[in-house]
Amino acid sequence: MSETVYEIRDLRLSFKDLAHKPIFGPAPEIEVLKGLSFDIAKGDVVGVVGGSGSGKSTLGRAMIRLLEPSAGSIRFQGRDITHLDEESLRPLRRKFQMIFQDPMSSLNPRRTVFAIIAAPLRLHGFDQISNRVETALDMVGLPRDFKLRYPHELSGGQRQRIGIARAIATEPEFILADEIVSGLDVSSQAHVLNLLEQLVRDLGLTLAFISHDLSVIRRLCQHTIVLYQGEIVETQQTAELFANPTHSYTRELIDAIPLPNLDQPWV
Amino acid sequence: MSFLTINNLSAHIGKRKILRDVSLSVQAGEVCGLVGESGAGKSMIGKAVLGTLPRAIIATGGEIILDGENLQDLTPTQRRQVIGAKTALIPQDPLTALNPSRRVGAQITNRLVDILGWSKSAAQHRALDLLGEVQINDPERVMLCYPHELSGGMRQRLLIAAAFAAEPRLIIADEPTTALDVTVQKQILRLIKEMQNRYGTALLFVTHDLGVVAKVCQSLLVLYEGMVLERTTVQDFFTGPLHPYSRALLETTPKYTDPTGSLTPIPPQILDAVRAEIVAYDQAHAHV
Amino acid sequence: MAEARAKITRPIGLRLWLSAGWLIALVLTTLLAPVLAPQDPLAQDLFTSRLPPFWIDGSEPGYPLGSDSLGRDVLSRMMYGGRVALSVALIAGTLTCLLGASLGLIAGYFRGWPDIIISRLVDIWMAFPPVLFAILLIAVLGTGLTSIIIAIVVIDWTRFARVVRAEAIGQGAMDYVASAQVAGHRRFGIMVQEILPNVLPTICVLLTLEMGIAVIVEAILSFVNLSISTDQPTWGGMISEGRLSIHQAWWVLVFPLIILFLTVLSFSQLGEGLKDRFDPVLK
Repeated sequence: MSETVYEIRDLRLSFKDLAHKPIFGPAPEIEVLKGLSFDIAKGDVVGVVGGSGSGKSTLGRAMIRLLEPSAGSIRFQGRDITHLDEESLRPLRRKFQMIFQDPMSSLNPRRTVFAIIAAPLRLHGFDQISNRVETALDMVGLPRDFKLRYPHELSGGQRQRIGIARAIATEPEFILADEIVSGLDVSSQAHVLNLLEQLVRDLGLTLAFISHDLSVIRRLCQHTIVLYQGEIVETQQTAELFANPTHSYTRELIDAIPLPNLDQPWV
Repeated sequence: MSFLTINNLSAHIGKRKILRDVSLSVQAGEVCGLVGESGAGKSMIGKAVLGTLPRAIIATGGEIILDGENLQDLTPTQRRQVIGAKTALIPQDPLTALNPSRRVGAQITNRLVDILGWSKSAAQHRALDLLGEVQINDPERVMLCYPHELSGGMRQRLLIAAAFAAEPRLIIADEPTTALDVTVQKQILRLIKEMQNRYGTALLFVTHDLGVVAKVCQSLLVLYEGMVLERTTVQDFFTGPLHPYSRALLETTPKYTDPTGSLTPIPPQILDAVRAEIVAYDQAHAHV
Repeated sequence: MAEARAKITRPIGLRLWLSAGWLIALVLTTLLAPVLAPQDPLAQDLFTSRLPPFWIDGSEPGYPLGSDSLGRDVLSRMMYGGRVALSVALIAGTLTCLLGASLGLIAGYFRGWPDIIISRLVDIWMAFPPVLFAILLIAVLGTGLTSIIIAIVVIDWTRFARVVRAEAIGQGAMDYVASAQVAGHRRFGIMVQEILPNVLPTICVLLTLEMGIAVIVEAILSFVNLSISTDQPTWGGMISEGRLSIHQAWWVLVFPLIILFLTVLSFSQLGEGLKDRFDPVLK
């Protein structure tokens, strides 16, 4: 029985709807996550799929405690992190990292690549920072002299790779990838995903991959969780999910994918 | 007779070439796809036709013939009138394409009233009809909404309605479903296809998604760094593309039916070969 | 594939060189005024009154830009007047920037209560008409260099606060800030290390703009004799006096006016020029 990295029980998260706040009294709350429960085992690559409004990004951010849940529990490696304060969370943070969707805004435009990758290393007191940065660049297949460049000098695919380098630099055990290839074209997408696959293997990472693209999830993830409007409608081994989708929404998602061939009966 | 013909269009920005001798033709009522990676120049072709190329980009050589008229022969005013009357755009990002401080109904009727000289009531009627055609329930209410009050899918439907409002003969659709999630994309693609059929409009469909091309287009062009690598019908393309780059592109596209096979990056040899083609072209045209 | 970036050639270097050049020359001249000035700026001599500038008949060697009704050398007075102008510009500009930008940054990044308090403060503050406010303050604090500096800082900090706050809010929404939070950085550290560098170009432009404004404010105040003690030459004071003898001795008014204009212009262009030159994103 492999060790569980994440244990999520009845996770709920609500946001205040400030657009409809009455003059007197608190703003009404919108519940985005409506009681989610699932486990992620060590070494697993889990896909989290859903349309816009499904809550998948919110779930991701709750898992790495960028947001605090309203109810329920999140256990990371056995430890309850649901309502931990920042001070207690800080030492844990090097163990779970995140890669972001937008290659434009996920890197500070006024810091060099070196500074961007080194920042979390400095924070957590790593030694030999220069070496570690270079190793990280090697692992994502970028030349070492990129460390002096600024983000705007790189392409979208290269920036995403820097984001990956930054995430793996602190030797985390879990990585959350939030729609990391949605803004890239197919060729860059393939490069980035292959890289991710290889790193998961080589570094023994556990990965949660959020995406709306089921085709990519089919390729990358062993397990898939399907979210619809803040609830888990199906969770299954990926191959089984495609072969025998049980929930109608899953079927709808699969049917909606335009395949690059002329046999698929569609429009 | 073809409705839109582009012959040997080139463009550059500073020293960088954006388009290299692009030629294409779109028949009346035909859907033609422009496919390529980001930076391939596919959006630029659409912008060149509509006259919305960024000022820093200079189009050289070549001609754009729209409904028999060579756009270069017209004065800027005439060009704007022809383009305004006969073409329309379905943009990529429904959020930024709409003015956030105006009600959406006004943004549809505007074009009809200000540019085509319709009366306000005629324009209102047409707008309501259109909203029905794009399957928006409760069109009277939606007309009065502001963009931020509507979902991404609704906004895109609205933009489609706006595009078809003046019954253009050619529509440039610039990656219209890239910002939408997959179930909404299916609805929108269906809708575009229906409207296009109904109005007999020719469509120049810019996309990087070969799956979308298979569902919507009848012919396509494959572009790489501004150069047309392949120009063929959709039938021929999906049975067996000619150019090795096209084949590699097809391989790289993830297909859930073939999980182990897809996601192979384009082999570097193919990219090198394509770049060599481009270098050869640049050298041959260095004197221009 | 790299994005297309329009390489529009613009005279970046020229703007920076000209404005920095003028300002450096001005600073040096005013610093070395005791050495460089042809005359004692306060020395009155009715025999040398209303001498024209050197290229007009009737001028005298020791008074290159002419003299005023009391026989005082225009050039020397401008040099000494420049001391006042520059001190006010540099000190008031910097202090205003520090106060306003800090508050703006805190409000924009931390949001919540700090933002509510600071924003309300800015709103209320900006409701006062600035010129009246300035005169009121001077009336209370008395005239003098310190009073002017205090007045400028007190009135103008809101300019920085508003703009910097807006920029900080914008940057705070970026993923690279979220990434720093995920990494575990403390909020204050994020504000300084991630947000500040991205807001700095704007601050830089505003700072030099503020310096130019400070020069104008001082000139206005000295024009109405509310600046430093009336002995010392000030550009505004010279302009005020020059008005009276504009028909007999136009140079007394015109030269300080030109200097004022060039100095304020240089300040505003300096900020833009520095931003163009040093902002890595624009390279």
